[in-house]
Amino acid sequence: MIRLERVTKMYKTSTRPALDRVSVEIDKGEFVFLIGPSGSGKSTFLRLLLREDVPTRGSIFVTDLNVAKLPRRKVPRLRQKIGCVFQDFRLLSNKTVGGNVAFALEVIGKSPATVRKVVPEVLELVGLSGKADRMPHELSGGEQQRVAIARAFVNRPLVLLADEPTGNLDPDTSQDIMLLLERINRTGTTVVMATHDHSIVDSMRRRVVELENGRVVRDEARAVYGVGR
Amino acid sequence: MRTDFVRREVATGLRRNVTMTVAMVLTTAISLLMVGTGLLAVKTIDATESLYSDRLEVRVALTQDVSVADSDCSQPICAGLLSTLQNSPLVDSVSYENQQQAYERFQELFAGQSVADLARPQSLPATLRVKLVEQNGSTEAGAAAVRQAMEQQVGVRTVIDQREVVASLFDFLGGVRNVTFALALVQALAALLLISNTVQVSAYTRRTEVGVMRLVGATRWYTQLPFLVEAVITGVVGAVLAGVGLVVAKFAFIDSLLAGIAQNGVIPPVTLADVLTTSAYLLPIGALIAGVTGYVTLRLYVKV
Repeated sequence: MIRLERVTKMYKTSTRPALDRVSVEIDKGEFVFLIGPSGSGKSTFLRLLLREDVPTRGSIFVTDLNVAKLPRRKVPRLRQKIGCVFQDFRLLSNKTVGGNVAFALEVIGKSPATVRKVVPEVLELVGLSGKADRMPHELSGGEQQRVAIARAFVNRPLVLLADEPTGNLDPDTSQDIMLLLERINRTGTTVVMATHDHSIVDSMRRRVVELENGRVVRDEARAVYGVGR
Repeated sequence: MRTDFVRREVATGLRRNVTMTVAMVLTTAISLLMVGTGLLAVKTIDATESLYSDRLEVRVALTQDVSVADSDCSQPICAGLLSTLQNSPLVDSVSYENQQQAYERFQELFAGQSVADLARPQSLPATLRVKLVEQNGSTEAGAAAVRQAMEQQVGVRTVIDQREVVASLFDFLGGVRNVTFALALVQALAALLLISNTVQVSAYTRRTEVGVMRLVGATRWYTQLPFLVEAVITGVVGAVLAGVGLVVAKFAFIDSLLAGIAQNGVIPPVTLADVLTTSAYLLPIGALIAGVTGYVTLRLYVKV
């Protein structure tokens, strides 16, 4: 599903590579934690998968697409296969909950009929049915993140990337969000989640890919965050 | 492409940026108004020139002795000149105006003025009035040929080319046209920069939307189209305002300004049809300038 082959990413402003010969393979339906300290390369990893950036060397495949060599006009096709969730939710403050989720479908040209059918379904999946007409600022942080997840998932992507999705949430709410991501994972969606949260990683016991200074220092199935960290 | 989506996004964009939108519309309107004025000036000047080229003659004034002696151009000197002129391929027609006819025309021209009383038929020269054939839209060659053939001839006092008299008028009108166009150009540049800036601001204020659109895989067209449509709408509204401005200007200023000379047939009047045609040109010009500027700006400065 996702394959990185000796991927190196250099930024002009830095002498040290952000990613250094990283090779990782992630299968369809896997749930992978991407851990490591700030600056270890987690965000670069996710940015490269989304084609926000191209690697300096190496190649990246997401499903059948060669990401680094993808022509610009085909980038939307890649991004329609990937859903994205962030620490800061990135909801549109002037649109309702339903409007935010519908937006993701409208901008890729889905018909009004599809939008009307699919949006309530996905809101129900994330546990927000009945709140479609609320504005984002009327919701708690956890609920806002659910909206963001609904938006990321509404187009049924093959991969869900989550960059510190629980970073702004208290432990209980974080746990709820993790349950939701797990549920999405069970539908067959591959989930890659960058996080600092020890307790979450430890309680989930999923595959852990640990980055340090741009290198993969650990890649372990059913792992914990790490002893003494 | 979902048109309702684009329409909604455009409406939001225009409303959110309302002061910028108004500034953009006004600047576009003013620069297009200038362009329109320039176009009208060109049209009027062209019409004036063709009006005059039909009417303008070269006049060959005869010497005093010939003028007195010959009242119908039948005597050898005048008849010789007449046939020389008539035989030239550059000459359309020649008519003879004797002293008495010249006097009558003089009285008519200066009726009520003291010179009319002072003039006597004997003090005015008889003239051969030469109408020229147009070559390549100009009678310049004919005028030069007549001058060359007639000057220094016995019986000829002087050759007067009426086109030289109105040349300074045309120079003036040409100057007006050039100044109008120069101002329009500067204005258009200002409008261009303002459109570019507005598109950038518009994209910046909607960076979250644009970010989300990119992430969920909206195509470049989908992301850019609302901004482009916004720019084109302001361009078109600007053009419509400029058109209305031209019509108002016609009735409020141009008509009264040109009333005297247009009535006398000195220059052709600026008709409503002229103004409307010019306004119709401004519409695609406005839309095109705004659209192209918006597109280039999005490509160069805005990551969408």
